[in-house]
Amino acid sequence: MTDSELKLTLAMVVLFLPLLAAVSIGLGARRWRGLSAGLSLGASAIAFVCSLILFIKFHGAPSGIVPATDAAFNGIQWLHLGDFKVDFAALIDPLSLLMLLIVTTVGTLVQVFSLAYMKTDAGYSRYFAGLSLFLFSMLGIVLASNLLLLFIFWELVGVSSYLLISHWFEKPAAADAGKKAFITNRIGDFGFLIGILFVWQLHGTLDIIALADMGAVTTTAGLLIFCGAMGKSAQFPLHVWLPDAMEGPTPVSALIHAATMVAAGVYMLCKLFFLFTADALVIISWVGGITALLAALMAIQQNDIKRILAYSTLSQLGYMVMAVGCAGPAASLFHLTTHAAFKALLFLGAGAVIYSCHHEQDIWKLGGLRKKLPLTYRAFVIGALALAGFPLMSGFFSKDAILAQAFVANQPLFYLGVVVALLTSFYMMRCVLVAFHGDARSEAAKEAHETPGEMIGPLLILSALSIGLGWHYFGLSNFLIKVSGAVIPNEITHSAKLTAMIAGTAASLTGLFLGWMAYRGVKQDPLPAMLGALARGMRDKFYFDELYAGLNQWTQERLSHYAAWFDRWIIGGLAVRGTSGAVDLTGCLLRLVQSGNLQTYALLLALGLLVMLTFFLF
Amino acid sequence: MTHVGLEHYLVVSAALFCLGLLGVVIRRNLIVMYMSLELMLNAATLALVAFSHHQPPSPHGSPLDGQIMVFFIITVAAAEVAVGLALIVALYRKRQTTDVADLASMKL
Repeated sequence: MTDSELKLTLAMVVLFLPLLAAVSIGLGARRWRGLSAGLSLGASAIAFVCSLILFIKFHGAPSGIVPATDAAFNGIQWLHLGDFKVDFAALIDPLSLLMLLIVTTVGTLVQVFSLAYMKTDAGYSRYFAGLSLFLFSMLGIVLASNLLLLFIFWELVGVSSYLLISHWFEKPAAADAGKKAFITNRIGDFGFLIGILFVWQLHGTLDIIALADMGAVTTTAGLLIFCGAMGKSAQFPLHVWLPDAMEGPTPVSALIHAATMVAAGVYMLCKLFFLFTADALVIISWVGGITALLAALMAIQQNDIKRILAYSTLSQLGYMVMAVGCAGPAASLFHLTTHAAFKALLFLGAGAVIYSCHHEQDIWKLGGLRKKLPLTYRAFVIGALALAGFPLMSGFFSKDAILAQAFVANQPLFYLGVVVALLTSFYMMRCVLVAFHGDARSEAAKEAHETPGEMIGPLLILSALSIGLGWHYFGLSNFLIKVSGAVIPNEITHSAKLTAMIAGTAASLTGLFLGWMAYRGVKQDPLPAMLGALARGMRDKFYFDELYAGLNQWTQERLSHYAAWFDRWIIGGLAVRGTSGAVDLTGCLLRLVQSGNLQTYALLLALGLLVMLTFFLF
Repeated sequence: MTHVGLEHYLVVSAALFCLGLLGVVIRRNLIVMYMSLELMLNAATLALVAFSHHQPPSPHGSPLDGQIMVFFIITVAAAEVAVGLALIVALYRKRQTTDVADLASMKL
């Protein structure tokens, strides 16, 4: 077997095993809970092993966004309409190999965690089928070799995230959250689709490799493509779905809303980086920056442990998008990788807390868990420190890379990034202090006990990754620069790196210190008293949901009202009832002519003849 | 005494035709209507014979197209009368009437 055959075979195994698991669970295995979980977990574990082999064997393959000829396989001819050709093929370059590894790693760990977390759930099998379907869709995005295929898997991710978020569909909040996520994503995807059409119109092909040779498209087309990322990666102003998506089971939040689905947008931006013009990149970077700042502010006043993490995810995604906008896909991907590890860790840690405290999620009703859940506590602290960019944790390196990128490309965004870093460490300090320190503030927290091994294991693995992933020893950063930096050489000077590191560290430590001062030993939140209206605004997410609801009422509800009127009276009344009425009436009138009298007919015949003769003769 | 030309024949033919039509439209007895119908047919044959007679002669002699057609019409009319009268008889046997006013079952 040649190398390229091996590559293709492994990639197809990685892609289709999860689908196979999902289908077989759906078709019958769902009756046996253990079998369903085993199928799903087995599929993702094998996918993980294959990804690992692929990565180790091929990560040094010819790199850059433009891959060597053997990087793409001419797959199955799928859609050929004249000049429009779409093949079902895989694009396997070092970037997608890394992403495969991230997705399958987190996916496998999350499934192991879910074994215990979902143990008593009635929809156990359905849950695992959903996870497998999600993995399939996500891996499809990673491997897609052209934009249309990418878009199809993009939508599949939307569907499977809907299924997973609304897993507890009997709860209205969960059902609504699923709908919200799906519809918000659809808005972004609509732009994405138009963007794809633009690209096809401009370049006449959708193949990513071919496109890479042709360079940037217009700013409009680039921004429309970015719309897709805006939906999936929850960027302002389409960020509203992500916090609500926390209604889903916590492992789902870890998988989808921390490590993979939201990463799809950033991954797509990096993969299609060559499509964006300088103007488009400036807008992209500002959207990212604004998202990062707003989300960090909102996170400060959230009380639900999962929501704090959700807003921090938003904020970090803003960081990544900002980095892409600052012409640094390598920095962005670096942060994406480390973030996948520590955010999955934080979410699974939160899941462990929620599991052991009987689904209590309000941090003010927790407290004192440091003694009761020592391992979970340590894992969570590691995750929090990594997120806060504490020196020598993985987040520290990736955040510095982004800040350095911003320092070179866009100074205002650099300062914004530093402020966000400060806020991040502040709210993580708040979360850890309030949830784990002090005295237990509820019965549930008093009776907490350490979680089973299936849940601790993934936490330990992710802890190790969260600490070490950024170290130079692993060469991740250099690998990414080699893989994605080939397009635009980023001239990051040594002084920029140093400035970013000093500023980032200072911000991180200041935030942690302020958080420690503000929340050490407190019984209730001191911030509302200090900040007043601003704190209320943060708690209420700056009223985006209300704004959108109002906007909806003003536009869509009104429009639908008119549409209903139009449908009822113009289409239903005039067009449909009118036509049938007119035919009915004509029939009634014509019926009078059919008297059955032979002589009337004869007379009419004669008159008709007369009329015709008159017409033709005179 | 004036010369009898094509117009005279045609006027007679038209008059016969109109009388026949009037009979069909006005009289209610099926048999009488049928007779009137025959009258209309004969008006047409009369016109045909007249046309044939007054046609200018061609190099091959006098054409007789119209008159030949009339022979066919007479033959067909004889057959038609046989069928038509048979129908009327059958109808009478079934309905005991030949009045068209009573035969309006085709009314919608």
